[in-house]
Amino acid sequence: MTVLLPKSAPRRALLRGLLGGGATTLALPFLDCFLDGNGTALAAGAALPVRFGTWFWGLGHTPGFGVTDKKASGPGIDFLTECQALIPHKDKINYFGYFNTPLDGRSNYTHFSGWVGSRTGTAPVTGDEVPAPTFDLLIADVIGTRSRFKTIDVSATGNPRDSYSARNTNSRSAAEVSPISFYARLFGPEFVDPNKGDFTPDPRIMLRQSVLSSVAEDRQKLTKLVGASDKAQLDEYFTSIRELEGQLALQLQKPEPNLACQLPPKPAETNIDGQATGVLIDTVKSNHAAFAKLMAMAVACNQAATFNMVFSASLSQLRKAGESANHHSLSHEEPRDPKIGCQPQTSWFNARSMDALAVFVDAFAGIREGAGTLLDNTLIFAGSETSFARVHSVDNIPVMTVGKAGGRIKTGMHIVGNGDPITRIGLTMMKVMGVQVDKWGTKSLQTGKTINEILV
Amino acid sequence: MISTKFKRAVLLAGLALGLAACGPKEPQTAGTPLGIRRLSEEQYRNVVADVFGTGIVVSGRFDPMIRTDGLLAVGAWNTSITPQGLVQYEEMARNIAAQVVSDANREVLIPCKPASAAAYDKVCAEQFFTKVGRLLYRRPMAAEEMTATLKITEAASDSLKNFYDGVGFGLARLLVSPDFLFVSDVAEADPKNAGTQRLNAFSKAARLSFFLWNSAPDDRLLQAAEKGDLYTAKGTEREVARMIASPRLKTGMRAFFSDMYGFDAFNVLEKDATIYPAFGQVAAQDAKEQTLRTITDLVLKQDGDYRDLFTTRKTYMTRPLGRVYEIRVTTPDGVWEPYEFPIESRRAGIQSQLSLLALNSHPGRSSPTLRGKAIRTYLLCQRVPDPPGDVDFSKFGDPDSPNKTARDRLTAHSTMPACAGCHKITDPIGLAMENFDGAGTFRTSEDGTPIDSSGDLDGVRYDDPVGLAKALHDSPAVAACVVNRLASYATGQPTAQSDKWVNFLREDFASNGYRVKNLLQRIATSDAFVAVPPPAAATSTKQASAQ
Repeated sequence: MTVLLPKSAPRRALLRGLLGGGATTLALPFLDCFLDGNGTALAAGAALPVRFGTWFWGLGHTPGFGVTDKKASGPGIDFLTECQALIPHKDKINYFGYFNTPLDGRSNYTHFSGWVGSRTGTAPVTGDEVPAPTFDLLIADVIGTRSRFKTIDVSATGNPRDSYSARNTNSRSAAEVSPISFYARLFGPEFVDPNKGDFTPDPRIMLRQSVLSSVAEDRQKLTKLVGASDKAQLDEYFTSIRELEGQLALQLQKPEPNLACQLPPKPAETNIDGQATGVLIDTVKSNHAAFAKLMAMAVACNQAATFNMVFSASLSQLRKAGESANHHSLSHEEPRDPKIGCQPQTSWFNARSMDALAVFVDAFAGIREGAGTLLDNTLIFAGSETSFARVHSVDNIPVMTVGKAGGRIKTGMHIVGNGDPITRIGLTMMKVMGVQVDKWGTKSLQTGKTINEILV
Repeated sequence: MISTKFKRAVLLAGLALGLAACGPKEPQTAGTPLGIRRLSEEQYRNVVADVFGTGIVVSGRFDPMIRTDGLLAVGAWNTSITPQGLVQYEEMARNIAAQVVSDANREVLIPCKPASAAAYDKVCAEQFFTKVGRLLYRRPMAAEEMTATLKITEAASDSLKNFYDGVGFGLARLLVSPDFLFVSDVAEADPKNAGTQRLNAFSKAARLSFFLWNSAPDDRLLQAAEKGDLYTAKGTEREVARMIASPRLKTGMRAFFSDMYGFDAFNVLEKDATIYPAFGQVAAQDAKEQTLRTITDLVLKQDGDYRDLFTTRKTYMTRPLGRVYEIRVTTPDGVWEPYEFPIESRRAGIQSQLSLLALNSHPGRSSPTLRGKAIRTYLLCQRVPDPPGDVDFSKFGDPDSPNKTARDRLTAHSTMPACAGCHKITDPIGLAMENFDGAGTFRTSEDGTPIDSSGDLDGVRYDDPVGLAKALHDSPAVAACVVNRLASYATGQPTAQSDKWVNFLREDFASNGYRVKNLLQRIATSDAFVAVPPPAAATSTKQASAQ
């Protein structure tokens, strides 16, 4: 009998046992304490992993209603009306103000250029171009290879196209929009509880690996047949094959016992006005809250080391039941109330976005991990696509980071960019997460300057 | 057995083709660059249903396609599979395979019985994969591909001590393979013209099949490819006539028009339940179906003039739709009945049906700008510039202003020079549709003020939606647009209005009474549809042309 397998010796050896002599049970003892004395590393010596994620909301903040501006960087963030919900978390957050997104004469494609520039380091030339990989994927390339899924994309909007993570214009993944499906994918029958004493490698996983290995062998044959531009398509496909093979290999190993990982309850289906998903604000809030809990536990259980969560789209369609205007149309059409100095309904939606960010932070902060919390070992980049949506401004787009990245960054800081390119934030994120990069971005968005004020 | 009705349809299609051959002569063109394209979600589902039956459930998320030059089908030529997407494909492959080999289905779907259900049986496995591999790969499997598949099957059968589970893993290999997930153009030396290339017969079969049926070639088309019939004009014409006469053409054209008119947006369409209580999820799906039925009835069943789609009052109706249209429908839910809008309804053409009206509106109100943009973009193939970044909409949205109707508000808004340019393009069309609210229900006033639905389309003035319908019908851009889109859809390449081949198709379309079936035949049998540029250019221009 011939078994098609990747070349790794341990799996080959394991397969010999499984496929040749029937299933083998590898029983490993469950330890009460898996951490070292400081709570920062596993008893075996491996450091607790540091994870990275993004959190997106559309339409930014009303100027003067998000935070009090500062003249110089320093500790302390003074959150205002739209960010009230973040006040209890301000010591876990860094706020970045007055970083700009210079477009070098390219058009400001509304609700698009801002996120593309800040996440790819290059201003788009057309209204649908993603000219370079978003930096979350560059981080995932580095830290996403030791988890069950390389990265996971979720949107609370009900639209799988609402994703701000892409390898290029034509390489975008569909976001998960149903908490129930998300639960099934993460914690369904294929989930391996790391805290179960016994572990039996599933021979079906080895066979799945064999299938992928077999497919990968077609690479040479196919690439001979196609031109350069098609090779790029095939390269991406075969890279995906190789990565999935690697992720399956992880599932053949006994996972490290992990007290932070607890199988979460299955979420109930949202049913607001008869809808399970959609852009009604109550539906989005409900689904987002469910996603937040699942995402935090997915990260704690090493299902993914990187993730992208979308609360509302860049062209936010959030709406209240019975109202004819949605968040986006309000941002342009609603008159400014001179008594309070802003567009009240637009500001209300902006504030709900920050309520949701607080919910997301709570979910991560609520899981004990080591001597601290999951949030301490995570870095979340929270950003929008405009600063003042009414005029589509891409300068001073509000950005925050949440979490300490395993002690690599300080928090509670308000950083003032003084008009520097917004890419300084992305570059800093990448460096903190171990991406080997000195300069990032193109034209006026190129930078080699990290934000050292937040680095430990 | 082939029915008499079907034989007659093939004969008539062939006759039409012969008559069409008397029209303008096709110009010589360089051909379409070779490429690969990812199967769309619908194509994936169609192929699985065609090969294994409609009882096989396909569930999972597909990486999104990016609309390019007006079509998702063109974007497919640049789209690959992300790591997250592959996780989904792999899972779908396993799920489909498990269903195929399940106790309930194996008797029907696996054409042989193994010597023992608990052990690998090479003969039976090979028989199964020879049959399904040819349909999934759209060509016979190569010997090394069969060997690799059988090795997986043997390993899995032995490991799991179950032949059918083994076949399931072998089938999963096929379903996750790039040979299945991507449609590749393969060229070969043209023996009739030294130094030139031609599309090989299986690639040609696949191109024909995805164009006309939105699915993989059937057994008969593959046979035609195997016998070399597709290398001859006669053989090609015969197969094209058969495909156009097939009921599967309806599936193909539903896919095309769904793509052309942006119906993918139905996946996330929602209306406010308080403002539009009649427009629920069932009505939304029925609205899409209504327009597709109207289209296929007129352009396929009636073989009518494409331009009549924009003036016809004939359609189909269901009770959920009747509630939004505010007409009485007596048939039970889920049953369609033919319906003709009365003249006084002011509804004429698919642009006055709920689908296009509701899709191009906000959840709680209409949008003349979105509707005008949709007509320009989808029906006329024109580009509406992106809005400027620094727009002041305060005149549009001021609730204290005396502007009660959308026309009043847009007029005030359009006084801004930065906005005026684009709004002149969109609003005269969209405002003519203001007699229909955000869900598509007829109205004569907004906020107590009578609606003025007059406007003009490129200099042709009209007083109401019916006038807009006639203006669309008579606009040369309407007919040119569908030719352009169909040519792009067929080849996967953006097609310029000035393209010689497109000009030829446009003339041919007009001289044949704007019959879509005739146009399909002309495209599918034309040299340009399968022409391959010289080797140096054949594989290098896709990306550039897509941009």
